[in-house]
Amino acid sequence: MADEQKPAPPKPPAGAAKAPPPPAVMAATPWEGELPSVLREQFGGAILECSTYLGQPFIRVTPGTVVPILDFLKFEMEFDYLVDVTAVDYPKREERFDLVYIVYSFARNERIRVVTRIQDGFRPESAVCVHLTANWLEREVYDMFGIEFANHPDLRRILMPDDWQGHPLRKDYNILQMDQRWVQENLGIESGQ
Amino acid sequence: MADKTFLDSTELVLNMGPQHPSTHGVLRVILKLDGEKIMGTDCVIGYLHRGVEKIAENRTYAMFAPYVDRMDYVAAVSNGLGYCLAVEKLLSVEAPPRAQVTRVILTELNRIASHLLWLGTHALDIGATTPLFYVMREREEILNIFEKYCGARLTTHAFRIGGLQYELYEGFEEDTLRFCDWFLPRVDEYEELLTENRIWVDRLKGVGILDAEDCKAYGVTGPVLRAAGVEWDLRRAQPYSGYEQYEFKIPTGQNGDTYDRYLVRMEEMRQSVRIIRQAVERIEPGPIMAKVPKVIKPPVGEVYVSIEAPKGELGYFIVSDGSTQPYRVRVRPPSFVNLQALDKMARGGLFADIVAIIGTFDIVLGEIDR
Repeated sequence: MADEQKPAPPKPPAGAAKAPPPPAVMAATPWEGELPSVLREQFGGAILECSTYLGQPFIRVTPGTVVPILDFLKFEMEFDYLVDVTAVDYPKREERFDLVYIVYSFARNERIRVVTRIQDGFRPESAVCVHLTANWLEREVYDMFGIEFANHPDLRRILMPDDWQGHPLRKDYNILQMDQRWVQENLGIESGQ
Repeated sequence: MADKTFLDSTELVLNMGPQHPSTHGVLRVILKLDGEKIMGTDCVIGYLHRGVEKIAENRTYAMFAPYVDRMDYVAAVSNGLGYCLAVEKLLSVEAPPRAQVTRVILTELNRIASHLLWLGTHALDIGATTPLFYVMREREEILNIFEKYCGARLTTHAFRIGGLQYELYEGFEEDTLRFCDWFLPRVDEYEELLTENRIWVDRLKGVGILDAEDCKAYGVTGPVLRAAGVEWDLRRAQPYSGYEQYEFKIPTGQNGDTYDRYLVRMEEMRQSVRIIRQAVERIEPGPIMAKVPKVIKPPVGEVYVSIEAPKGELGYFIVSDGSTQPYRVRVRPPSFVNLQALDKMARGGLFADIVAIIGTFDIVLGEIDR
């Protein structure tokens, strides 16, 4: 269509000519305000980034500080509702997973995301001690990505069968090739598909 | 002394489901009982897992839109709205006014349809057979409007990224208003049947209490949260699709029990009618689609957008890598998170109440398992 808007790719800092698919990054802008400064003051170097994208603030923190920050946000800043816990897989990156916590404050009517990057095999601390709802949400992350949470009260698969092999939402898990052995054994389908 | 036999134990582990009429789909609950008292529960879910989030990564943005209808299949319109809003946010486009008003009408109709189905099945679970037939009759009228609008009754795919799938049909306004006029007295009829019915009250009052603190701790949203006295509705707290322009009340309860949740949902249906009537007056001629590129390629970024679905906060977390396919789509289903509080609500209660407690969540397993 004529009016197709080129989604202006955010310029990578080191003007990398116009390589066809540039390793573009999110065009986030720094997030200033009361909350980021309080967090920086409290946690210092553990806060790696405070940004907003399309009006949605997020902070990136070191893996070990997620739970203390969720705790601080809950008890000091009234972010008392953990909306969601999820992950994103970037297999080519050294710190393979983005672990995303979304928290909301009823009192402030604000929602922020706490993001951390972890390597495959790293066992992040479970947030159940702060937010009870993290229980099932973390189980789902474990089920889908194979991220094991330390000190989780009940870390079992939740959507897939207990003896399923592999973690479906990892990028290297092919959509056409599921756990054939499980399908053959449990469903009696010879092809395993 | 004779050896202890199994009869000496007072505890019994009982399996309920997955094929059980009052689990509203394929939910399996393992219960530990001491006599009639529930000592603990464990939910086994995943029987309807279709890997919707994985499918999304292998489809273009537009191709994935119909899939979301299949999650909460009794409120498909809400699912579609949430997804479209999330992608529109990524693209930084906004649907034109005509589309926004229509979206409000259709989602509110869908909210009524969803609550009606909840009422019918919930009442049936508890032993009141009659309401089911009444609510199905009313729901039929809503589905007829959907059918006339887009040809589908359940999995509607009513919206497109950037606006509406179809132009409104001739007589849509009249049909909708006629439904509103006809429907409101019916809600009073349901209330006459149930609200002061001795059996209904006895079975619901004080059953499955979840107070505001627990709701927040478990991330429970929607009517369950409001019945605990928290006046929180995303349509008011963080309005989308122009909800800030409509007048409506957020019904709340006080005790956070099953009876209050019933009252909250009944009032929500009335409020939905109120919103629909205001919205019909706002329909104005104009385009139904914003300017959206034919090939949807949102810039690199991630957004979380959520709406007030009939069951609670329905959120979409979408990560774009700048290509035509989403890099990651995470659905935050209200039923999944709400169901987690089942154990808290059922523990210590009577076994006979478990059915009422499952029903009061208004869960849809298609959404829990995705």
